[in-house]
Amino acid sequence: MAELKRESSVSKALNAAWVRPFLFLLFIVVMWDVTIRVFQIPAYQIPAPGDVVAVLRTEWPELLRQSWPTTYATICGFLLSAVFGIPVAMLIAGSKTVESYIYPLLVFSQSVPKIAIAPLFVVWFGFGIIPKVISAFLLGFFPVVVSAVQGFKSVDPDMVDLARAMQGSRFRVFCAVNLPHAMPAIFSGLKVSITLAVVGAVVGEFVGSNSGIGYVMQRSIGTFDLPTMFAALVILALLGVVLFWVVDRIERLVIPWHVSQRDDIIFAS
Amino acid sequence: MNPATKPTEFDQPAAHLRLVSDRAGGAASGITLSGVSKTYRSRDGDVPSLRPLDFHINEGEFFVVVGPSGCGKSTLLKMISGLLAPSTGEILVEGEKVTKPHGNVGIVFQNALLLPWRNILSNVMLPIDMKKLPRDEYLPRAKALLKLVGLDGFEKKLPWQLSGGMQQRASICRALVHDPKIMLMDEPFGALDAMTREKMNVELMRIQRETGKTVLLITHSIPEAVFLADRVLVMTERPGAIAAIYDVPLPRPRSLDAMADPAFTELVQRIRKHFFTQSALD
Repeated sequence: MAELKRESSVSKALNAAWVRPFLFLLFIVVMWDVTIRVFQIPAYQIPAPGDVVAVLRTEWPELLRQSWPTTYATICGFLLSAVFGIPVAMLIAGSKTVESYIYPLLVFSQSVPKIAIAPLFVVWFGFGIIPKVISAFLLGFFPVVVSAVQGFKSVDPDMVDLARAMQGSRFRVFCAVNLPHAMPAIFSGLKVSITLAVVGAVVGEFVGSNSGIGYVMQRSIGTFDLPTMFAALVILALLGVVLFWVVDRIERLVIPWHVSQRDDIIFAS
Repeated sequence: MNPATKPTEFDQPAAHLRLVSDRAGGAASGITLSGVSKTYRSRDGDVPSLRPLDFHINEGEFFVVVGPSGCGKSTLLKMISGLLAPSTGEILVEGEKVTKPHGNVGIVFQNALLLPWRNILSNVMLPIDMKKLPRDEYLPRAKALLKLVGLDGFEKKLPWQLSGGMQQRASICRALVHDPKIMLMDEPFGALDAMTREKMNVELMRIQRETGKTVLLITHSIPEAVFLADRVLVMTERPGAIAAIYDVPLPRPRSLDAMADPAFTELVQRIRKHFFTQSALD
């Protein structure tokens, strides 16, 4: 019975999570190829999938080398947004005064286009890694704060009262009740944040950098080398997917009790 | 902790019923309220929630408060547990004035409020963690309590794997694990279906008898109040005040058959009249 259940769950997971999007992707690629052949679109406008794959194969070492700075900047920016975002959310959720001062400004700051101010970071910090990290951080920060605030605020006040009535200190009650309760919301914020951090890092590379996938894209557009540009796009998409997957895995480890993870528990027990 | 109440002593059922009298105990034990009122400050001015209350709950007594919604029953509970300071008057628990959370209470709310990331056993152990008491010492007690409410074998389950009634039973264990003198229950079975509710009432009465705790229970249900209580306090509409306090003449132990007793129906009827005449006057 248990064997049978595992069998069917494996096939189900393969069906839903993996095969279907892959098949759809395959369909899109085929349509792309067919369209180019039928309408005879020149390669400097849209490259054929075959050309992109060829570039991916020949330029692989170079692309890999260039994706490290982007990955590095993304992860640094992401970690910064988690390290700053969660405590800021704690302050906002914990104090009405702090909320009234900070929250409106935070929302206001979101309407400032980061791409427009990214050159400023180059002026301030030069062409190194720092402008990219800052730009990744700025994009990733907001979703973490918003989700975490919502997570901290949705704690049942009765639950907090219960723990406080047991003479729990503020800190102990926070660690035992508020923080774990906010974890699912924090993680949904982190997942949005990691994908935005990739965008942020690339924006940083666009405006002023001599390394990274963003730089490769910028350079290949300048020379109408569209197959390379598309290859860089593929690398970028893969980077986003892998980083998202890593955060998702960590989430499963940290909050195995949450509703979204319950299927796993049933099959495990 | 009092050496006479060792953590596992409740395991031996009490040999006989306690006789509850109005005069027994005095201010040194149980709960005493003198002139306790509560007024909430809001933007639109002061909102009186409770008018001055004076009453005493004896040690080991099953005391039930009934009243309409919003009569300040939950406020009363928070003040006794020390979470909320009364606007006037003072509350004595075991002869000590309540000024901050004193931890000598176990609380059960309408929702079981179990932490979804802790299994049943460590949910029950929450008060021990909060009070920083030695875990090893209380673990056998927590297990014995789970056994007492018929949840042995569920220690490692997560809360959502249990039914509503079972969750509420676990939350009763949590309220008892640190061996408080008093159990405060805010409509503990309000979220359960009628059949489970009756079963839980019988269960609760047994648990109270075996542990000898002082219970202050708040409910909307008049039959439930009469069935459970040694004494019933009837509250008026907002701002809450004492309308009457009734002794329940039914003998203990009670079974569900007690609800057919003429004394039971008569008292239910009398309490019900309170609310009807009162709202007619309003």
